[in-house]
Amino acid sequence: MAKITFILHNGTEQAVNGTPGMSVMETAIKNMVPGIDADCGGACACATCHVYVEPEWTEKTGARSSMEEDMLDFAFDVRPESRLSCQIKVTDAIDGLRVKVPEKQF
Amino acid sequence: MSETITTDAVIIGAGPCGLFAVFELGLLDIKAHVIDILDRPGGQCAELYPEKPIYDIPALPIVTGQELTARLLDQSKPFHPEYHFNQMVTELKKRDSGFEIKTDGGLVFHSKVVVVAAGGGSFQPKKPPIPGIDAYEGTSVFYSVKKIDSLSGKDVLIVGGGDSALDWTLNLQPVAKSLTLLHRRDDFRAAPDSVRKMRELVAGGNMQFKLGQVTGLKGEAGVLSAATVKGNDGAIFDIACNAMLPFFGLTMKLGPVADWGLNLHENLIPVDTAMFQSSEPGIFAIGDINTYPGKLKLILSGFHEAALMAQQAFHIKNPGERLLFQYTTSSSSLQKKLGVA
Repeated sequence: MAKITFILHNGTEQAVNGTPGMSVMETAIKNMVPGIDADCGGACACATCHVYVEPEWTEKTGARSSMEEDMLDFAFDVRPESRLSCQIKVTDAIDGLRVKVPEKQF
Repeated sequence: MSETITTDAVIIGAGPCGLFAVFELGLLDIKAHVIDILDRPGGQCAELYPEKPIYDIPALPIVTGQELTARLLDQSKPFHPEYHFNQMVTELKKRDSGFEIKTDGGLVFHSKVVVVAAGGGSFQPKKPPIPGIDAYEGTSVFYSVKKIDSLSGKDVLIVGGGDSALDWTLNLQPVAKSLTLLHRRDDFRAAPDSVRKMRELVAGGNMQFKLGQVTGLKGEAGVLSAATVKGNDGAIFDIACNAMLPFFGLTMKLGPVADWGLNLHENLIPVDTAMFQSSEPGIFAIGDINTYPGKLKLILSGFHEAALMAQQAFHIKNPGERLLFQYTTSSSSLQKKLGVA
């Protein structure tokens, strides 16, 4: 189990347990975290599961793949810490992960 | 206004379920017209994941969205369906017998049955959540270009880095007074040839390319004067423009389905599981757009739903007639329809 905290746009936090092997997006959907739409269901094809990884975690979550980089062109307000949460795998190494959910997946 | 197209069935949505519905209806001699908002068949398979493999289609251990679409088109070819792309169904209403369907492109259909196979609704351009953008939509901010002339002589700002952004950059550059392309990075998810042409125009001083993202808009009474941009170095600057075209891809919206007077449950159409009919007899819903106890949003469920829907559609087209159940393997009449007998 890895604890993942989603910081919602209004500042409230939702901490959930992620199962290793699942993606951060799947963990959010399973726990009904608002603000993660995931229209395409995890195919890295829609950019509606955009999150901002908190600075202290960017190293552990790793770099974006080139496909993910392409898809981020379809997200809004992309920052250096932007990731598509369907592309972050839950592992024990990210136990404690904190990500911010943008105001809107548009 | 174009003349009315009269047909047995109108299928709304050319995704996998809509395409397979053509086949199932065809076996029962029900002629179908298929309408889709996209410019090509495939629905989500074409728009969201053309290259990505699907592993749960029976007997196809691995197939891409594109391949599945091509196979379905091939399978329904014997029934000569007619496709109407780039058309959004805006109106669906009951007539004395059957239904009238209207599209935003001015097409009118009269049909005995309607099959809503609209998946997640209609694909529509994503609208970037830039504060105050609503005030400029339709006057200075456009998500699609209907007439190139409408932008002639304008200072145009195009935002995005995909094929739409690049194509419109190349198409509008000759007619615009000035043109700026803004993208968040110096890489493009677009045809390399378009990118090369764009870079040539920049090198020749015929247009500008800037790196950054729009954070705000300036203007008055719906007329844009500039877009405020945050550059990749963090610097804030304005790009003067009186027309802005953001191209951030498409997103699924329920769209006009909500206005057709059908019962909806959480934006889905409740159906029975014998006929997959909506609250309105003669209007069916199959695939991701419907809901019933135990519903699974799988392509294979949609295929099953199409087969049962077609049985009831037959009875609507041929009241009182008995429908003889037949297998394609053994029925010579079905094989004749398929062109294999």
